[in-house]
Amino acid sequence: MDIAKGYVTGVNGNLATVRFEGSVRKNEVAYILAAGTRLKGEVIRVNNGIASTQIYEMTNGIKVGDEVQFTGALMSVELGPGLLTQVFDGLQNPLPQLAEKCGFFLERGVYLDPIPDRSWEFTPSVKPGDPVSAGDMIGSVPEGLFKHRIMVPFTLKGRGWKVKSIVGPGTYHVRSTVAVIENQDGDEKELSMVFSQPIKEAVKCYEERLHPSEPLVTKIRCIDTFLPVAKGGTFCVPGPFGAGKTVLQHLEAKNAEADIVIVAACGERAGEVVEILKEFPELIDPKTGRSLMERTIIICNTSSMPVAAREASCYTAVTLGEYYRQMGLDVLILADSTSRWAQAMREMSGRLEEIPGEEAFPAYLESTIAAFYERAGKVRLKDGSTASITIGGTVSPAGGNFEEPVTQATLKVVGAFHGLSRERSDARKYPAIHPMESWSKYRGVVDMDKVEEARAILIRSTEINQMMKVVGEEGTSSEDYIVYQKGELLDAVYLQQNSFDAIDEVSLPERQREEFAVLYDALMSDYQITDKKEIRGFFNQLRQEFLDWHGTLFQTDEYYEQEKKIKAFYKGWDSEKEV
Amino acid sequence: MQKVYTKIESIVGNVVTVKAEGVRYNDIALVGDSYACVIKLAGDTVSLQVFAGCQGVSTTDPVRFLGRPMMVSFSENLLGRVFNGAGVPIDKGPALTENMIAIGGPSVNPSKRIIPRKMIRTGIPMIDMFNTLVESQKLPIFSASGEPYNKLLSRIALQAEVDVIILGGMGLKYDDYLEFRDEIEKGGSMSRTVMFVHTASDPIVECTLVPDMSLAVAEQFALAGKRVLVLLTDMTNFADAQKEMAITMEQVPSNRGYPGDLYSCLASRYEKAVDFEGAGSITILSVTTMPGDDVTHPVPDNTGYITEGQYYLKGGRIEPFGSLSRLKQNVNSKTRDDHRALMDGMIKLYAAYKESVEKRSMGFMMTEWDEKLIKYGELFESGLMDLSVNIPLEEALDLGWKILADCFEPNETGLKTSLIKERWPKEL
Repeated sequence: MDIAKGYVTGVNGNLATVRFEGSVRKNEVAYILAAGTRLKGEVIRVNNGIASTQIYEMTNGIKVGDEVQFTGALMSVELGPGLLTQVFDGLQNPLPQLAEKCGFFLERGVYLDPIPDRSWEFTPSVKPGDPVSAGDMIGSVPEGLFKHRIMVPFTLKGRGWKVKSIVGPGTYHVRSTVAVIENQDGDEKELSMVFSQPIKEAVKCYEERLHPSEPLVTKIRCIDTFLPVAKGGTFCVPGPFGAGKTVLQHLEAKNAEADIVIVAACGERAGEVVEILKEFPELIDPKTGRSLMERTIIICNTSSMPVAAREASCYTAVTLGEYYRQMGLDVLILADSTSRWAQAMREMSGRLEEIPGEEAFPAYLESTIAAFYERAGKVRLKDGSTASITIGGTVSPAGGNFEEPVTQATLKVVGAFHGLSRERSDARKYPAIHPMESWSKYRGVVDMDKVEEARAILIRSTEINQMMKVVGEEGTSSEDYIVYQKGELLDAVYLQQNSFDAIDEVSLPERQREEFAVLYDALMSDYQITDKKEIRGFFNQLRQEFLDWHGTLFQTDEYYEQEKKIKAFYKGWDSEKEV
Repeated sequence: MQKVYTKIESIVGNVVTVKAEGVRYNDIALVGDSYACVIKLAGDTVSLQVFAGCQGVSTTDPVRFLGRPMMVSFSENLLGRVFNGAGVPIDKGPALTENMIAIGGPSVNPSKRIIPRKMIRTGIPMIDMFNTLVESQKLPIFSASGEPYNKLLSRIALQAEVDVIILGGMGLKYDDYLEFRDEIEKGGSMSRTVMFVHTASDPIVECTLVPDMSLAVAEQFALAGKRVLVLLTDMTNFADAQKEMAITMEQVPSNRGYPGDLYSCLASRYEKAVDFEGAGSITILSVTTMPGDDVTHPVPDNTGYITEGQYYLKGGRIEPFGSLSRLKQNVNSKTRDDHRALMDGMIKLYAAYKESVEKRSMGFMMTEWDEKLIKYGELFESGLMDLSVNIPLEEALDLGWKILADCFEPNETGLKTSLIKERWPKEL
């Protein structure tokens, strides 16, 4: 391999220009040897023998003439057993280990092995002579809850590869050779449990992509019933600051029914990552009875960490996700926030002196965002099993205005839009997802036709509320007033959910179906009450009964009793039943 | 490497270029007598940003590279001293050169952070009781121009239980600086205060150095086990200085002329707020004036995405709505058992009072309940919201109960019966 060498000719912010000799690939990794450290960078443009390289670290102290070592390899992550439960920065540097080595501060130029240095109990699943291709399983190791598949590297090219030799069952070091494969030309490759994968190339070692038809249950009523997310789908959460984007994502990370959750904290507050770091190990996943951390990977490149690595952190997250998807698992990736990633692109584009697009974002903003979200999907793997990656990204629009480029580019490519509103969060209505502005193209856990009818009531109720602000309560007919109250009821007892209440925090799909059925019936009933005070009193009472119902444990005697009580209460007022 | 270059190639805005070799990015140089920082290397052309501005710089002025990044001296001797943005004393005291430390250092490893858990008492009920300030929090005061934000800041500085106060003034009016100094001297806190002051007439580049200087010093004090409070006023001036520099350097502006990296610029400063396990902490309280009282202006908007809440200063009072301390729930369960419930209950009633006031101004009939709320609202505003009120948290809570008891029957407060039994100041 002809690996280029070069030297620095200029520095501007986190962009260095490098004169090189030899061959250089776009997006290959280069190291700058400056001030006694090796600083990682990525070639993002090659022009006239000059490679523009974005540096993933602070560039202080680099001088013209500093040596640059190219690697010939694209920006990659290491894949292998032991990734779960870890906390990485955007370049897959394990942060706790870094802290052990360097103390309080993130020292630049220190790159540690992301794969834990240990041995695993390996069970082979192929035998010599078996044909293999990229992504095929050759054995497995137990990683926490999962059977971690050891696979042929996804980047293996060409056909006709066969297993030449493979070790028997036993304990092997993660980096030791477990198999050797060869092709007809006599090329041989030694495989260990670890291989590397470029982060900007989507992994395509599957049979076919499937339609995302199965809901990804988040146990948040408002999402699962009204604005569902599908396994293999995409969704975005834009909202102004303080509307609860991050809190909502933490709830999803905690409660979503995915096998693996990867949280990419991209350019946001470090304090929020710390909350996950300290909280998740303590929480028990009810499905498995194990710590939530055992299904979680955190990629964190917080706002004060080098900007260039922000973009990498999103790709690192999705590549790790694809690795676990290849094992037949359902993966949920939560990126907070994609706006910071877009801003990082904008900074780099400015330094490259590219012609700016809207709000100085680069012209390729939309296609880059689209390509990222397109890496989500439900697939059928070669062994027939299905697996998925679901991507949810928050967007932080400037001034809370959704008309800005990042929100608009994201809305074009996602399957569900959960827009958070300042009014709802100010009124302490959580989750602050705006029920009318938001939409979803996926199927939820409840009969969609009935949901649509309920939504129609909500829309009508809002209209009446607007009208009432002008004509007052006196000028509103009692029929309209009842519809208004129905909408308020739906909002208060179904769309809002108390995440601080141990019981109400999670709502299982069966519970959502049962509760929605009762609520639907109550909303569709015809109440012949004319006095407004009486109407208000009736709905206040009904609301209270529903809220009490949320406070009961699912499928206990209390739960069924409260259900009966609610039914008896509103049916007592229903005109048709009375006649 | 003290080679002197005497041929300045270009002078544009605050930036000079000179042909030199072996210069490192971000190093410091002397252009004439003024410090300057290397901001760009392109071949042998070095661009230097001159801190004192380029006015009067001649093409034959000597340029000497010092071979080190921007540094500030750190020792106990800093306490009681005043410096400008370039770290030069402006209080007639001697220059400090011992134990130099680099500014703008690396960020803290997130896995070494801890969940904030200690309250900072300020004696201001709107803060202590309703939006508690927490050690290691970063919190801006959002304010329209003309509000008494600097007065509030100096009061918090004087009353907060911290070991070291570091004041970073950016674009301060000279009178404001004098006022700050007098207030702190009068309060007897000068001996635990360090000031980095950039006044409105000082060179613009020095303005952008103030937060880095202040925070670098704060970090060293914190590592030495001190609880440090950093006051930054006014961060909008800092952002405007960044804007001015970016535009003179012909960077593509993103939003209302601000550079595209405004968020990163602000975040890298605010994120220095930290609680070191086993050492001290840095708490950042800043002022962000909102041009046109518009919270969607890029500076307050970007700030809101970075900080852990905000205090809204409006009409000389900290507004209960809109103000938010995101970290308050970490500490207010440990203060007194009635703190949270009383805080929520009183704010809900105050919201109802606002509705009644609106109703009254529209000429609607006032019910007995409205009258009660109006009496309550007025007592609340004078007793707790007024910034001149200076009482510890416990007294503020007791006062809260007293106001409630003066205005309402126990069952009208929406508070839990058990709490009322315990705390209601009148005979039940």
